[in-house]
Amino acid sequence: MNYRVDAGLYAIGEPTAESPVFVTANYKLTFDLLRRAVASIDSWILVLDTLGINVWCAAGKGSFGNDELLDRIESSRLADVVSHRKLVLPQLAAPGVAGHEVKALSGFQVIYGPVSAEDIPEFLKNGFKAEERMRTKCFGFMDRLALVPMEVVPAVKSGLLAAAGLFVLCFLFAGFSTLKALEYFIIPAVSIGTSIIAGAVLTPLFLPWLPGRAFSIKGFVIGLPSAFTVVSFMHNPGVLETAVLLISIPAVAAYLAMNFTGSSTFTSLSGVRKEMRLALPLEIGGTGAGLLLWIIALLGA
Amino acid sequence: MFYIKNVVTLIHEQEMCNSCGICLTVCPRRVFQRSNRVVEIARRDACIECGACQRNCSQGAVTVRAGVGCASALINRMLGRKKACCVVDNG
Repeated sequence: MNYRVDAGLYAIGEPTAESPVFVTANYKLTFDLLRRAVASIDSWILVLDTLGINVWCAAGKGSFGNDELLDRIESSRLADVVSHRKLVLPQLAAPGVAGHEVKALSGFQVIYGPVSAEDIPEFLKNGFKAEERMRTKCFGFMDRLALVPMEVVPAVKSGLLAAAGLFVLCFLFAGFSTLKALEYFIIPAVSIGTSIIAGAVLTPLFLPWLPGRAFSIKGFVIGLPSAFTVVSFMHNPGVLETAVLLISIPAVAAYLAMNFTGSSTFTSLSGVRKEMRLALPLEIGGTGAGLLLWIIALLGA
Repeated sequence: MFYIKNVVTLIHEQEMCNSCGICLTVCPRRVFQRSNRVVEIARRDACIECGACQRNCSQGAVTVRAGVGCASALINRMLGRKKACCVVDNG
């Protein structure tokens, strides 16, 4: 699938020299949202080449930035197409664009519009003013639900890889008996599966209601009862097996939860650095301890 | 929702500020506020260090070590994965 739109100037309806100009990224989903939002407004859309990346991420990486904007104003000959000198940019482009510099270099004034394209008609009605409500990004339950697959897919990929390696170990410990290997494999399989559900599904969904500010704490907090729950479903688990589950599941869930920082809307780099410095050694240690105890249990079996 | 307290690198130099308010406009986290016509930081812990305020301040009154609050990006960098979707460039 190609998610890139060709960069350049697009017309919506029958725009004139006085019609507003909206600037956006060339990620197809972004472009389509904007196109739909302004479908009833005669206007121009200036699409920047952001390598098919959305506005916020492209602004952070600099591809939605001054250079690309100035080049695109030039190459589309925007100054000849419109008589005014105003550009409406999505507010989330602001980390990449310096409005005052664009004005000095091109004569075009950068006006930051609302965060969501759907608020553009109201923004225009208000005379190019975005109310406070339009200036923040909401991160509700449905937003987080939509992100769960993005967390689960890579987690499952790594999980399957780890599971494959652990199954080989089971096979070796079982003296090449498949039936016995499958029996040994129950603990690691349950541990990996439960960790993914706790860290990559439940933590994102219940994020605001979980205690702690660090995402790893939130993941741990949901990982521990998840571990107790699966232990309670096991048939006479041994002391070592119980310990493996109670240690490894919260540790891996905390790690997976920590990875949700990048998808959330309210984390800072300084905060993530601090969180990782404290949490990562514990997460690795917990996972390693779980693995070690499991091997000891197998050796004793 | 707020992330970890007392860590962000955001600095607002009152003396250099001309109170134009562009930081209030571009901030997606309502970190700044205007009181008695003076712009100030009101919700420091809400800051996500996106750098929008710094980039758009014509007076150079706002500074922040901008970056993305993404653990995967930091891990990718630690593992030397340069081609991953998410990488932090500057240390």
